[in-house]
Amino acid sequence: MKADLVIIGGGPAGMAAAVAAHEAGVRDIIILERDNALGGILRQCIHNGFGLHRFGEELTGPEYAYRYETMVKELGIPYMLDTMVIEVSENKIVTAMNRERGIFEIEAKAIILAMGCRERPKGALGIAGTRPAGIFTAGTAQKFVNMKGYMPGKQVVILGSGDIGLIMARRMTLEGARVMAVCELMPYSGGLARNIEQCLNDFNIPLRLSHTVVEIHGKERVEGVTIARVDENRRPIKESEEYIPCDTLLLSCGLIPENELTKGAGISLDRVTGGAVVDGERETEIPGVFACGNVLHVHDLVDYVSEESVIAGQAAAKYINGESEKALVARISVDGKVRYTVPQKITETADTEVYFRVANVYRDAKIIVKDGERVILSKKAQKLAPAEMEKVKLTSEMLSSLSGNEISFSIEV
Amino acid sequence: MFDFVVIGAGVVGGMVARELTKYTDSVCIVERGSDVALGATRANSAIVHAGYDAKSGSLKAKLNVRGSVMMESVCRELGVKYKRNGSLVVGFNDEDRANLTELVERGKTNGVEGVALIEREDILKLEPNIGAGVTVALHAPTGAIVCPYELCMSAVGSAMDNGADLKLNFRVDKIEKIDDGYRVYAGENFVDAKFVINCAGVYSDEIAALVGDDSFSVRARRGEYVLLDRECGSHVSHTIFRCPSKMGKGVLVTPTVDGNLLVGPSAEDIDDKEDLSTTAAGLAKVRALAAEQVAGIDFSKTITSFTGLRATGSTGDFIINMPKERFLNLAGIESPGLSSAPAIAEYAIQILKDAGFDASLRADFVAERRPAHFFSSLSVEEKNALIKERPEYAHVICRCETITEGEILDAIRTNPRPTDVDGVKRRTRASMGRCQGGFCSPYIVELLAKEMGVDYTAVTKFGGKSYINFGKTKGE
Amino acid sequence: MAKERLLTCIVCPRGCQMKITLTDDGKVEAVEGNFCKRGVTYANDECTNPRRTVTSTVVCKSGGVAAVKTENTVPKGLVFEVMKAINAVVAPDDVTVGDVVIENVCGTGVNVVVTSNGPAK
Repeated sequence: MKADLVIIGGGPAGMAAAVAAHEAGVRDIIILERDNALGGILRQCIHNGFGLHRFGEELTGPEYAYRYETMVKELGIPYMLDTMVIEVSENKIVTAMNRERGIFEIEAKAIILAMGCRERPKGALGIAGTRPAGIFTAGTAQKFVNMKGYMPGKQVVILGSGDIGLIMARRMTLEGARVMAVCELMPYSGGLARNIEQCLNDFNIPLRLSHTVVEIHGKERVEGVTIARVDENRRPIKESEEYIPCDTLLLSCGLIPENELTKGAGISLDRVTGGAVVDGERETEIPGVFACGNVLHVHDLVDYVSEESVIAGQAAAKYINGESEKALVARISVDGKVRYTVPQKITETADTEVYFRVANVYRDAKIIVKDGERVILSKKAQKLAPAEMEKVKLTSEMLSSLSGNEISFSIEV
Repeated sequence: MFDFVVIGAGVVGGMVARELTKYTDSVCIVERGSDVALGATRANSAIVHAGYDAKSGSLKAKLNVRGSVMMESVCRELGVKYKRNGSLVVGFNDEDRANLTELVERGKTNGVEGVALIEREDILKLEPNIGAGVTVALHAPTGAIVCPYELCMSAVGSAMDNGADLKLNFRVDKIEKIDDGYRVYAGENFVDAKFVINCAGVYSDEIAALVGDDSFSVRARRGEYVLLDRECGSHVSHTIFRCPSKMGKGVLVTPTVDGNLLVGPSAEDIDDKEDLSTTAAGLAKVRALAAEQVAGIDFSKTITSFTGLRATGSTGDFIINMPKERFLNLAGIESPGLSSAPAIAEYAIQILKDAGFDASLRADFVAERRPAHFFSSLSVEEKNALIKERPEYAHVICRCETITEGEILDAIRTNPRPTDVDGVKRRTRASMGRCQGGFCSPYIVELLAKEMGVDYTAVTKFGGKSYINFGKTKGE
Repeated sequence: MAKERLLTCIVCPRGCQMKITLTDDGKVEAVEGNFCKRGVTYANDECTNPRRTVTSTVVCKSGGVAAVKTENTVPKGLVFEVMKAINAVVAPDDVTVGDVVIENVCGTGVNVVVTSNGPAK
């Protein structure tokens, strides 16, 4: 089988990219989705708060996904469900499998990687103690509660204050569970301020900053956890240990872009984002292979996922039509206070939005962009936080008058 | 009345039961857990030792060397993954060099093929990532790796396919002498058999005591391990041990047959025979020791850590004897127990024959077994032919390990049948990958509930009260 | 004497930290720190009559669950009452996005509507 554009993943990124590519004139598109419906992880994110930027109204996750699903269907963009991609080759052959076709190959002119991300599991955290039932990532619990209609716990401790953990604190509470505490290793939250307010404060759920779970108790099912305060080096302080009885431990300790296929294709990854290194068009180092959404870097808002996916979809269309000619304009370096940028390099002098995240909480700071030693952009920020993705626009004017091909991003406090 | 009751469905019990079914289908395996392979078999170093380590003349030495020779063909018959990757015992100083020289000699005495001392420059050719301080090593090309619980499950499954019974959740608490044999109780339930074979691992001393044999005791020795992502599986190709010295035993760093990197164990004797907890200190020690032996291990790629309990007998050797008529102990089977298991089974038959078991081989014994992971070894054409017949082989449930619904259903329907999520995991590797079941565990619960005909909420993680869900959010 | 209150705006993901000055009778006199005017509306509501959107699921006839939300915000004090009402509903299996499953829930004047098509598979 052949296709102009193969999109791997039918979540918000894949669908938005498909719609954008279609609008840019590509017709021979196929979306490959491993689950039994389009929508990706949004299907289980039944809370509201999506779409304010993209649709100007507040939607729930399934509603946001449904908007895009409707567009995909109305445009007649083909998609295959329950279809797992097992390999992407360097020369853009996609190997997939499903019940109807078995294992099959698609020769693609262009590919958009939109596989999303997964949660960091318990093993990676290395918590001491027993291994009973009742330890879930927040997303797995979300799936049980919101998709399957089952309660994975009644008395809950949450480790990590990522947004999914905060959302699940409220969700479990509304369904009758008691959330004892949310522990966060860092001195600041990993989730959005609004979620601390409406998911924890509304229900008097304590947020224990600079705290972690040091031991899990219980032989068959979780019976409790020991938590402890951590010092400035994030080491638990023995004297501060405290036992909390619970039957469930939820983990919300970060998301990891799911790039096994990307790696298999030989595309190198950015060590900080865990996603591919891309240019402003979200093109990876293999020409014609693009990446967007959480597979590229973890977003906190689906609206920005859509925005980024439009860029990838349009660029794929350009590539397919043979209109893509590129030369390096600039590489972007960061100072550490800025942890990463996406894109990591720029190959066009058109206006370019650069997304970035910071390493710590900075108040009354300045975002500085330099061309060599020359400041080309300086922007005040009341508050910058690791949980909140920021963006600045580099104008075509700035990009076409660079003295060299190095741009640096830094924060001045 | 059965001919045999085998107490304990670990790798020793499984291998012995299978060996017995070559002669009789009148075998009953009883197991206290909700599945097979739950004791020492579940979590150990997964190594087939070459046999240079055990004291010459001991049962350990004899059965290790013999088991190591038998293992490859046993694995082939049972469809179990096995790889002869060779092992290195690394040394850092003159004391180590002296010990290793002695170990090479012992290996030769024990009949291990190919053991030799090699210098750093040759070590580097075999293992470029070897630790900076390593100067010398014992090289044993016959060292191998195998998956212990897969070996056990396949052995029990093969025994069952050949007529053996398996009773799970059967916790033996009383043994009575009856005419022609024994009555083995678990509460109200009992099984009668002419012979009893005690393969109860850390509990084998307690089982022996039930027939009045107090001649030995067994302690649990806790070993903590760290398992890394398959990305790291090729960091070393050999199993890297450290030369035992005054400073302790070190740990091993080894690839697994599934392509992960396994590091451990710590070693600590404990009184609780069920304490499977890990400790921050234990894991830190394992990581630190491993880093001396092998450079550049990326522990940020850890996917899980776990604890195994080894059954350490009080005699220093395997305890294989018949303290009472028709009651056979296969006890204190600590390292190199896995390596020795096929030889222990063979040896057990010999003892039983000497004790009056009238044995002639069955003509209808089926030795071969379909590999548990046969699907992944098929060619694309073969897979597609199978998918046409059974489309569920094209429905991926576990994304990280690419395990399909077809493979999971096969596992649920194959002896010994799993009844919980961990059982499915050990048989198929589903949820054993980098996301550790985050995506697929809700589906596995569903498949198990459907196949067993029970409610979604009745499905457990590993039997008992290890429930995954407490009930519906609403309705009912 | 005027009182002050600190609020995190929950209207959008920006989460503005706002300082509210209240009159003696609890009315909002001034709002600082808000990025947009929706912050003022939120501050007014939050100080006088806090409101929340409730999202949950309803059970469908065949046993699965479908996602629902209150079409608008409801008084915060009624959130658990609204949950009780939502938990009592059994929806048909062919519900689609936008279908009303409870009209005027708990007398709030707000409907509970379905946000996913049929029970999740």
